[in-house]
Amino acid sequence: MMIEAILVLAPLAGAFVAGVFQKVLGDRLAMGITTALVGLSAILSLLVFIDLIWGGGAPRTIELMRFIEIGAFQSSWSVRVDTLSAVMLVVVTSVAFLVHVYSIGYMAEDPHRARFFSYLSFFTFAMLSLVTANDLLQMFFGWEGVGVASYLLIGFWYQKRTANDAAIKAFVTNRVGDFGFALGIMATFHFLGTIQFFPTEAGDVALFSAEVGGRLVDGVLHNLSHMSLMVGQWSIPAAELTAILLFIGAMGKSAQFFLHVWLPDAMEGPTPVSALIHAATMVTAGVVMICRMSELFEMAPNAAAFVTLIGAVTAIFAATVGLAQNDIKRVIAYSTCSQLGYMVFAAGVGAYDAAMFHLFTHAFFKALLFLGAGSVIHGLHHEQDMRYMGGVRRAMQFTWAMMLIGTLALIGAGLPIEGLKIGFAGFYSKDAAIEAAYAAGEGGRAFGMFAFWIGVAAAFLTSFYSWRLMFMTFEGTFRPNPHPSHGHEDVRPGAASDADLGHGADQHGAHGVDHTPSDAGPAGGSGHGRDHRTGGGDGEGRAAPAGTAPAHESPWVMLGPLAVLAVGAVFAGWFFYPYFIGYKADAFWEGAIHRHHADHHFPIWVLWAPVAVTAAGFLLASVFYLLTKGMAERIARAAGPLNAFLAQKWYFDELYDAVFVKGARALGDLFWKGGDQKLIDGLGPNGVAKAARFGGRQLRRAQTGFLYHYSFLMLAAAVLLGAFAIWAGGGLELLGG
Amino acid sequence: MTGFPWLSILIALPVAGAALIMAARAMAGPAGPGVDRGVKIMALLVSIATLCVSIGVLLQFDPANPSFQLVERAAWAFGLEYHVGVDGLALSLVLLTTAITPLCILASWTIDKQVASYMILFLVLETLMIGVFCALDVILFYLFFEGGLIPMFILIGVWGGKNRVYAAFKFFLYTLLGSLLMLVAIVWMILTAGASSIPELMAHPFTANAQTWLWLAFFASFAVKMPMFPVHTWLPDAHVEAPTAGSVVLASILLKMGGYGFLRFSLPMFPDASQLFAPLVFALSVIAIVYASLVAFRQTDIKKLIAYSSVAHMGFVTMGIFSGSEIGIQGAIFQMLSHGVISGALFLCVGVIYERMHTREIAFYGGLVNRMPVYAAVFILFTMGNVGLPGTSGFPGEITTMTAAFLVNPLVAAGAALGVILSAAYALTLARKVIYGTIENPQLATIADLDSREWVLFVPLVAATLLFGLAPWIIFDFTEASASAIAQAYEAATTAIAAGAHP
Repeated sequence: MMIEAILVLAPLAGAFVAGVFQKVLGDRLAMGITTALVGLSAILSLLVFIDLIWGGGAPRTIELMRFIEIGAFQSSWSVRVDTLSAVMLVVVTSVAFLVHVYSIGYMAEDPHRARFFSYLSFFTFAMLSLVTANDLLQMFFGWEGVGVASYLLIGFWYQKRTANDAAIKAFVTNRVGDFGFALGIMATFHFLGTIQFFPTEAGDVALFSAEVGGRLVDGVLHNLSHMSLMVGQWSIPAAELTAILLFIGAMGKSAQFFLHVWLPDAMEGPTPVSALIHAATMVTAGVVMICRMSELFEMAPNAAAFVTLIGAVTAIFAATVGLAQNDIKRVIAYSTCSQLGYMVFAAGVGAYDAAMFHLFTHAFFKALLFLGAGSVIHGLHHEQDMRYMGGVRRAMQFTWAMMLIGTLALIGAGLPIEGLKIGFAGFYSKDAAIEAAYAAGEGGRAFGMFAFWIGVAAAFLTSFYSWRLMFMTFEGTFRPNPHPSHGHEDVRPGAASDADLGHGADQHGAHGVDHTPSDAGPAGGSGHGRDHRTGGGDGEGRAAPAGTAPAHESPWVMLGPLAVLAVGAVFAGWFFYPYFIGYKADAFWEGAIHRHHADHHFPIWVLWAPVAVTAAGFLLASVFYLLTKGMAERIARAAGPLNAFLAQKWYFDELYDAVFVKGARALGDLFWKGGDQKLIDGLGPNGVAKAARFGGRQLRRAQTGFLYHYSFLMLAAAVLLGAFAIWAGGGLELLGG
Repeated sequence: MTGFPWLSILIALPVAGAALIMAARAMAGPAGPGVDRGVKIMALLVSIATLCVSIGVLLQFDPANPSFQLVERAAWAFGLEYHVGVDGLALSLVLLTTAITPLCILASWTIDKQVASYMILFLVLETLMIGVFCALDVILFYLFFEGGLIPMFILIGVWGGKNRVYAAFKFFLYTLLGSLLMLVAIVWMILTAGASSIPELMAHPFTANAQTWLWLAFFASFAVKMPMFPVHTWLPDAHVEAPTAGSVVLASILLKMGGYGFLRFSLPMFPDASQLFAPLVFALSVIAIVYASLVAFRQTDIKKLIAYSSVAHMGFVTMGIFSGSEIGIQGAIFQMLSHGVISGALFLCVGVIYERMHTREIAFYGGLVNRMPVYAAVFILFTMGNVGLPGTSGFPGEITTMTAAFLVNPLVAAGAALGVILSAAYALTLARKVIYGTIENPQLATIADLDSREWVLFVPLVAATLLFGLAPWIIFDFTEASASAIAQAYEAATTAIAAGAHP
C-alpha cells in the first residue's frame, strides 16, 4: 500500500525541500509546502486509523527498503500499522499539523521561518518512523532522529547561549538513555538472534507472533524466560536485563527521574516546539516503546517494578517542582514530566492500555496548554514570567477559555459516578492510571499501592499548580516586569545580554512593552526597561488602563489550532474510553499491547480520591492566589529552604554539574596532560629522544637516566601484563565463557 | 592471471602522472601562478583518471566471490614476486583511496609553496596506498606500507605548521619502530613457510608459539597505524601540523592500513594468537574509546579534537575485528570506510576556516553560522556523523561492532557504548563554540561562506554520508563475501584449537 509510505515520507519531503531550497522558495512557500505535506500526512493517518478500527483493516507491515542485513542481524525500513502505531500516527500528525499552522502566526516575525518549518517537518518524519518501526533498529533511528530534531529546535535561536546549552543538555542526556537503549538492542539480539518485531515472511524469526499469509508465525520473545547472562557468580535473568536496558532509553526520552533534567531547559526553544516535541509527541516515545515491548516487561517483574517506582517518583517529584516555578512554560514542562510519570507507572503496573490512553488524551490537552501559553507569551510581547503577568483574561478572552479547558482536562475534572461517569479528557485517563495502580497493588504487584498513593498525591499538586498558573496569569491585576527582556521568550536575568541580539531585538522592538515610571513596579530599576526600547512601540502598553495587562489577543491562525485541540481535550476521554480501556478494548487493540483482563470493582473511595484531592487543590490555590493577596509569598518566605529546594529543582543540575560535567573535565585533563603528555610521550618518544640527546653529551649519566626511564617502562609493562593476565585468565571465566 | 592488467594500471597511474608532472614542470621554466595552476589541474586530472580506472575495476569485480580477483602474478627482481589482487575488503578501501585523493588535491588548491613537489608527492602517496591494499605478496605489501611513510613525512615536514619537524619525526619514529618488528616477523615467516604470497601464508599453519610472537610483531606495527591506545600520541601532533589535505589523507586512508593489516594478516594467519590476545585488544579498544573521548573534550585546537575523536572511533574498528564474527568484521570495515568519509570531511571543514583565518584555536571562532550558513549546515551534518547518529554513515559501524562485542563480552560493549554519550558531549560542544552564538571576534565579521570549489569538495562527502547512512546494505553487501570468509576461517581455526586438534 502506498498510503502508508506517503504518510511517513511526506513530512520528510517537506523538510528536505524547505531546508535545501529555502533561498529559492522563500519563507511563505516553504511554510506552505511543509504545512500542506504534514496536513496530507494527517489526513492519511486518520484514514489508516479509521480503516483499522472501524473499517476492518488488518494489522500489517509494509517493507520499503533494506537497512542493515548481516546474517541474522536484520533491519529494514518499514511501516508497521497496528493499533499502537495507528494511535500514535493520529496523535503525531494531527498535533504536528496544528503546530505547523500555529507557527505560521507565532513565528511570523522570525527571519528563519523556512529553517524552522524544515526542522518541524523533519521532527515529524523522525517521530513517524519511530512509531511505525518494525524492528528495534528503525525505532532507534527515529529515536535519535527526534533527538537531533529536538536539538536543532531547542537551539533554534542559535545566538542565545542558554538555548545552545539547553540543546546540548537535551541531546547528551538523551544519549545517556540511548546508551541503555542501544545495549538493550544488543541484548535482544544476543539472546534471541533477532531484533524484528513482527514477521513479514513465513521464514522470519521475530519477537512477536503475527499471521503471515494466513499462517501464524510464532514470536521468539518467550524464549527469554529461561535465559540468563552470567556475570561472575550472578546469573542475571535475560528478560529483566533486556527490559531494564530498554527502559533506561525510555527514561531519557520520556524525561523520567534522574534523566529528566533536560526537559525544563528545553523550554529555551520556541513555544510551538515545546507543544509538539516536549508535550505531545517526542517525550511520549519512551511510553510507546515500553508498550511496544509490553510482552517483554510482563516477563520481567523486577524490571516492571523498577518502571513503576521510577514513574511514580517522577510523577510526584515533577509536581513538587512545578509548585515553585515562575516561568509559565516551565510550570507546564514540569507538569508534562509529572504526567509522563503517570504513564510510566501505569505501564509499570501492567496497565499499558491506561498508559497509552493517558498518552493519547495528554497529547491534546498538553499541546493545548503549551500553545495557549504561547499565545499568552505572544500577546504579552514575549514575557513568560508569571510574576509579571496577571489580569490577562480581559485582553485575551479566547486564549483564557482555551487554557481553562486545558487546565480542566489536565487536572482531570469529572464525576466518577457509576453509570454516569462524565468529565474532561484527563479525568478518564489519569483516573484509569491511578485505578490500575490500585488494582495492581491489590493484586500484589510491587510498588502498585505506592504508585496509587503517589498518583493521588500528585493529582492534588497538579490541581494546585495548574490553578496557580491560571490565577497568576489571568486573574488579579497586571504586574509589569521591571526588567523586561526583549530576547526571544527569555526572562532569566543574565540571559538578557545574550538574547539581546541582532534580529531578536530589532524585530520585537516594535512590540516593546512601554514602561512608564508609574507601572514600572515596586522592584525598581525601571530605567533598564527604557534602555531596551527600540523601534516605535505599538502603543498598546500606553493605551491599557492601569492594572490591565497590555496584551493583545493572538491572530486566528494561532487560535484555530487551540480550538481544535480544545475539542480533543473535552471529548477525547469520553469518546475513546470504551475503545482504549472499556468494553471495546480487546477489539480495539487486537493484541498490539499486552492487556490484563481482571475485572475490577473499586471501593468507592478509590474512585473519589483523585476527584476530592483535585477539588482541594483548586480551593487551596484559590485561597492563595485569588482571594488573598501576598499569602503565597509569605508562605514561600516562611518555608525558605523548602521553597528554594523546590525552586532549584531539588538541586539536580548542581549535582550533575559537579559530578558529571566537572568530573569529565577533570578526567579529560588528567588523561591528556597526565596520560598523554607526561606518561606516554614522556616515557615514549620524548623520553627516548631526551635520553638519546643526553647520551650524546654524557654517556655515564645517560645510562642512569636511560635506566630510570627503562625501569619505569618495565614497571608499566608489568602492570599491564598483570592486568591482562587477570582479564584473560580470570575475567573470562568470571563471565561464564 | 591473464587478461587486462587492471590493478597494475591502477597502481601505476598516479605515479606515472607524477612523472608526467615532473617532466612538464621541468619544461615549463621558472615557477609562477600560471605554472602552479597547470600543475594543480594536471594532478587533479590524474587523480580523477585513477578514480575512473578504479570504477572500471569495480565493474570487473564480482562481490559475491570471496576469493582474490583480478589477480596478477609475475616474477620480479631478487627472486621476489609481484603479486596483486583484490577482494571486497581490499577493493572497498582502494575505492575509498581513489575517491578521497581527488578531493585532497582539490583541497590543496591554495598551496603556493613548491606546488609541483607537493602534487608529485601526493600522487606517489596515492600509488603507495593503492598498492598496500592490492598487494598479495607480503614483501610487496611491506614496501608499499613503509613507502607511504616517506611522502607523508615530507608532506608534514615541509608543508606543515609551526611545530612540523617535531610532529614529522614523532610520526616517523613511532610508525617505523612498529614496522621494523613487522619486517623481522615477515622475514621469519617467509623462511619458515617458504612462501611470500599472502594467500599461501594464510593457508600455512603456524605453531601456536610462533603465532604469538608473529602476532605481537604485526600488532606493534598495526596498533601504531590505527592508532590504538597507548601508541596514539603521534596522531594529534601529526594532524595538527599537517596541511589540510595531509590530515585528510592521514585520517581517511593511512589509519585504515592498520585495520586492513589486522584483517589481512593477524586474524587469518594467526587465529590462535588473535583469540589469545583478543581480550587485550578489547581492553585497549574500550580504553581508547573512553580515554580519547574524554581527552577530546578538553582540546582547544579543533584539529586535535578531531584527531582524538579519530582514536576513539578506531577503537570500534579494533573491537569489531577481534570479535572475530562476521557482524563484527563487517562493522569494522564499514566503520573504517565511514570514518574515511566523515573524518576526512571534518578535517576539510577545519581547512575551510583555517585558510580564511590561519588559526585552529576553538576560542578564536564562534557564531560562524551568522556569516556562513551553508558551512554551518555542512559542519553540523558531519558532526552528527561523527557522533554516530542513525541515518548518517557513522551509525551502522558503531552499532554492529558493539553488537559483535556484546556477543563476546557484554561489558566490553557497555564500555564502548559510553563513547556514544561522550562523543555527543565533545562534538556538540565544539559545534556550539565554533558555529553557534554571535560573532564576538571582529576578525570574523567579514568571513565568507563556502565558495564553489568548496561546494564541490563537500557535495560528494555529504552524499556519501547520507547514502551509506540510510542504505548501509550497499557496503555490507559488497564486503559480505570477504568478511564472512575471514570470519569463517577464523571460527574454523579457533574451533579446532578448542577441540585440541591443533598441530
